Amino acid sequence: MPLLETTQLTKDFGGLRAINSLGLHIDQGEIVSLIGPNGAGKTTFFNLITGLYPQNTGDIIFDGHNLKGMPPSSITKLGIARTFQTVRLFNNMTVLENVMVAQHSRTKSGVFGAILQTASFREEEEMIREKAKEVLSFFGSKLTGYRFDQPASMLSYANRRRLEIARAMATEAKLLLLDEPTAGMNPRETQDLAELIGKMRDEKGFTILFIEHDMRVVKGVSERVIVLDYGQLIAEGNYEHISQNDRVLEAYLGKKAENA
Amino acid sequence: MFNNVRLALKLGFYGGIIALFISVIGMVETFDQRNIINGVVSIGLGVLLINVLVIGYQTAARIGKGLVQPGENGKQTARARAIVIGNGSLAGAVVSSWLALLVLVESQINLRSVLINVSPELISLLTFGLETGAGALLLLFLGTLFGGLGAFTFSLPSRVRRPLVAGLMWLAFWGLLSGVIRTTLSEIGIPSVVAKLFVKIEGLTPLGAVIIFLLAIAINLGNQRWREPLIERITLLPPTRQRYFRFGTWALGIILLLALPWIVGRVTSDTLVLVGIYILMGFGLNIVVGKAGLLDLGYVAFFAVGAYSTAILTSADEISAIQISFWAALPIIVIITGIAGLLVGAPVLRMRGDYLAIVTLGFGEIARFIALSDWFKPWLGGAQGVINIPSVALGNFLIVGPQKLYYLILAFALFALFISRRLDKSRVGRAWEAMREDEDVAETMGVNTIYYKLLAFAMGAMIASLGGAVFAVKLSAIFPHSFNVEVSITALSLLIIGGIGSLPGVVVGAFALVGIPELLREFSEYRLLLYGAVLIIMMIVRPEGLVPSTRRARELHEDEAAQDDWLKSETERNIITPAEL
Amino acid sequence: MKNTLRQRIGEQFSLITLLLWALRVGVFIVVLWGSINTLASGRYEASTWINLVIAGLAQGSIYALIALGYSLVYGILRFINFAHGEVFMAGAFTSVFVAEALERSGFFPKYPILTFAILLIVSMTSSTVVAVLLERIAYRPLRNAPRLVPLITAIGASFFLQYTFRGLYGSGFHTYPEFGQLWGVWNIAGMDIQIVQVFVFLASLLMMAGLYLIVERTKTGKAMRAVSEDKEIAALMGIDVNRVIVITFVIGGMLAGSAGVIRGMYQPQGIWFFMGFHPGLKAFTAAVLGGIGNIPGAMLGGLFLGVFETVGPTLILQGLGIPAANQLKDAIAIIMLVLVLIFRPQGILGEKLAEEKA
Ligand SMILES: Nc1ncnc2c1ncn2[C@@H]1O[C@H](COP(=O)(O)OP(=O)(O)OP(=O)(O)O)[C@@H](O)[C@H]1O
Ligand SMILES: [Mg+2]
Repeated sequence: MPLLETTQLTKDFGGLRAINSLGLHIDQGEIVSLIGPNGAGKTTFFNLITGLYPQNTGDIIFDGHNLKGMPPSSITKLGIARTFQTVRLFNNMTVLENVMVAQHSRTKSGVFGAILQTASFREEEEMIREKAKEVLSFFGSKLTGYRFDQPASMLSYANRRRLEIARAMATEAKLLLLDEPTAGMNPRETQDLAELIGKMRDEKGFTILFIEHDMRVVKGVSERVIVLDYGQLIAEGNYEHISQNDRVLEAYLGKKAENA
Repeated sequence: MFNNVRLALKLGFYGGIIALFISVIGMVETFDQRNIINGVVSIGLGVLLINVLVIGYQTAARIGKGLVQPGENGKQTARARAIVIGNGSLAGAVVSSWLALLVLVESQINLRSVLINVSPELISLLTFGLETGAGALLLLFLGTLFGGLGAFTFSLPSRVRRPLVAGLMWLAFWGLLSGVIRTTLSEIGIPSVVAKLFVKIEGLTPLGAVIIFLLAIAINLGNQRWREPLIERITLLPPTRQRYFRFGTWALGIILLLALPWIVGRVTSDTLVLVGIYILMGFGLNIVVGKAGLLDLGYVAFFAVGAYSTAILTSADEISAIQISFWAALPIIVIITGIAGLLVGAPVLRMRGDYLAIVTLGFGEIARFIALSDWFKPWLGGAQGVINIPSVALGNFLIVGPQKLYYLILAFALFALFISRRLDKSRVGRAWEAMREDEDVAETMGVNTIYYKLLAFAMGAMIASLGGAVFAVKLSAIFPHSFNVEVSITALSLLIIGGIGSLPGVVVGAFALVGIPELLREFSEYRLLLYGAVLIIMMIVRPEGLVPSTRRARELHEDEAAQDDWLKSETERNIITPAEL
Repeated sequence: MKNTLRQRIGEQFSLITLLLWALRVGVFIVVLWGSINTLASGRYEASTWINLVIAGLAQGSIYALIALGYSLVYGILRFINFAHGEVFMAGAFTSVFVAEALERSGFFPKYPILTFAILLIVSMTSSTVVAVLLERIAYRPLRNAPRLVPLITAIGASFFLQYTFRGLYGSGFHTYPEFGQLWGVWNIAGMDIQIVQVFVFLASLLMMAGLYLIVERTKTGKAMRAVSEDKEIAALMGIDVNRVIVITFVIGGMLAGSAGVIRGMYQPQGIWFFMGFHPGLKAFTAAVLGGIGNIPGAMLGGLFLGVFETVGPTLILQGLGIPAANQLKDAIAIIMLVLVLIFRPQGILGEKLAEEKA
């Protein structure tokens, strides 16, 4: 049984059909990249899966649950976490707090625990903190030490992207959705991050679906590539297969010609 | 040169408008009954005076910046000083010319038929009892003089300027509160013959003024000289001694807090209770606005629900069928109000910020309409309200009178403070904060924003209900008219002046915005004018408040550049006095 | 236990959807039940209802004039000028002094039309001055601040203005002199129709038509529309954005000022410093009802609210057996605002540019 499966998924914005009868699946433990020209509907697909937009028709089945009508927080609890194309951190919270928030659905202390400072509250708080530090240390020393207490807004662009990934990891999700994780990074940073994506699966056991425009990353990291155009699946398979597919070339070249 | 004059004219122009404004709306005259220093200067004139001084000072500050470079010789400094003072005087003259104009116009046209506060009293005040022409001239002269004085103050080296300004501020502050000082003095057993020498109910005596002024200067100088060495000494002490020291400070603070109503006396305690109620409300509203980021303008609704449920549950009035003790009623009051919070929260859950604000404002009004209506009269008493609310009993001890009620509100306020503090660094607090920063992202990170919004509304409401309960007990009767939009605006204003999200800010805000106007009865007419001005000015100049929480400051000052500019001008300002460097 | 409750609250949007439906049905039943009861009781004749509707239209056209100010400003700045009710008050309150003076001097009885024109000019001028000062002093420095910052400023400004006018003109009530010619009735088809109501309706319509012409036909109107589409692009195209914004406030102020005088002729009593607060809230409701930012929407929303608020208490609340239903007139308007915002936040005609989500 696949971890994530969509059937006949459709989303309209007014007259525009952003996702058109899309059916695809992601298996446990895969690293899959989602590509397609600008406006193909990739981000919209993420928004549908995470519950930020309701779909018009079709189903999203995750780990045996139909996500239809679920609020995003419940979906996160089931085990899907994401990053955003335009980095969206809690800018005025510290690096550590950003990651701590993400464990919300894995923890449960409430108002009373906090007010009475019960033993279980303090334990859990300590656990959240440790976990957050552990997740941040996944990125080496880039987000640790004195960075813990810096407000997120003070980080460099690449670090902000990293922090957003760390935040998603801290939700203890099964499936990570990364929206253009390397956008705006220099070649060196891109390379590092590509390696980390592999490590995230190998060491931490995440299943990963990521949107990517940099074909070297796609080629280097992903085991399977899904190509969208006009909200439809036009091809899927390994990189070699995809790169020779006529419809894919047409979609990309066609768009290029239009843009030129 | 020309630029300087233009600046002076411009600032003078604005200052003049302010002076004219506060005269024409009646503040000057209203405040003339009270004196800062008896027989010398009334609060009304004092306000005008401060206005001129500040304008002079500001003119100097703007012109002085960059006029003299460090290391230049004394002669040029003297010249710069002359320019600065000249322009300050000019600005002061412009300010007073507006008032002179008012005097002249009034002598020709009867403005009073429309502008009711342009009364003969105001005119004679402004002309110092002289006839029109002479009065106007005197006014101009004084404006020039004090504008120049303001500028002169600026040109002093900062080690002279600071104590001087501090002295003036103390003078103004204690002058305003002379009534309180007087009652405090008699309360702590100083015979009135002696007290009368220093302060009278209507103002400080000149002797008292001199003492306060000198005291302020002494404290300021002492502070400059000894503060840092003292702190250093303390940090050098062995840890156990340090602990004693800290413990001592705490103990002193607590003793002061407990003794406060008996030091300030009965009348002032009444004000303290009111301030306490608003501190409580401020803490509660801070959960909704400051933590969860929901701009609730109908906070009065929960205050009202708290007060009304207290009244109905405990009153001996015939409309309330039940009569139980305050303590038995308290949990019910809190729960009822919490439910009211949910009821207000639910419909606005998915509204965006600005709509939410206005809809909650509407809810606040609805609460009042309902309390006033004939429909609910059998249960809520209509316009006559509910009377006969008994005092709170603690065992055999009756909490009667403001001095004892103070402890009740103190306990509640400390409780609310405690809750707020504890929630800050917790899973709940983080969820609120994340939600405030970006609702969608918080939701995708697993925060159930619907639950947390409702939680914020319910908790805010419950805290307000405590305030309402004390309010009902304090007055022993409640009327719908006490629960109007002013309450919400007051709570919001004190939150904003103190700095949204800052708990000490709430306390400072409540004392400044509720305490002082309450002590100066004349002021009550202008309270909302003040709140309005506070909201406008704070939003434009200092959205993070006077006692900001660092985080909020960051959030609201997205453009750090503005702050940097301000810092720079602060440092540059001092350049005029090379002596300092 | 705590946890399961929490889960249940948030588990599904469908629970909320369910609640919303329940609310919808509830409101529908209450309205229907009340109306049927009242109508079945046969206490009122058809002419009563028609008179109520006409009164509602008159009241509503005043709301519409004020609502336009909210909508115009929102259309251009995307922000709620909460102090607009006070702009209206400024005009009405200032002109009442002129009206009183003209009556005392005997000018008014002799030249009622001229008096009306003078009052209109005075009122419109005062409102416009207040509106422009507001923009210049309170709002302009905050043009790029987060949305709630100018809203808080506007709320502050609202109270500041109220109490400024209280300080200037005092806290007493003033009364407009009565325009005798307007206080008759016309008997049309066996029904008495109050002339003043027709006058109010027509005068407001005239003002609104004027506005419509400005926005649709003039170059200024075109610039306004351009700025409301996109400030930056408009600026790039050489439009002076600041000027357009000021003009918007001027127009809003003039409409509010005219509403002030019209209100004074229709309801001469109760002119005081607080008179703008509730009409402001209601006009805002009207603007939201019609779709804030939408000009024809504000007009329709105003008229609809006026009629609803005049007819509603009698029709719905009395049928439910609520005593002194007219006391709850203001509450009805607010409840209406809440319901609109819950069920159709874009308003009847659709909001100009729905919320741009980041
Ligand atoms: N909230 C929305 N309202 C209306 N249209 C939208 C919305 N979000 C996306 N769209 C439209 O849906 C289409 C798909 O957009 P989407 O952001 O999913 O593309 P994308 O594949 O992520 O592109 P890119 O590579 O540029 O990020 C686009 O035409 C976009 O304009
Ligand atoms: Mg995208």
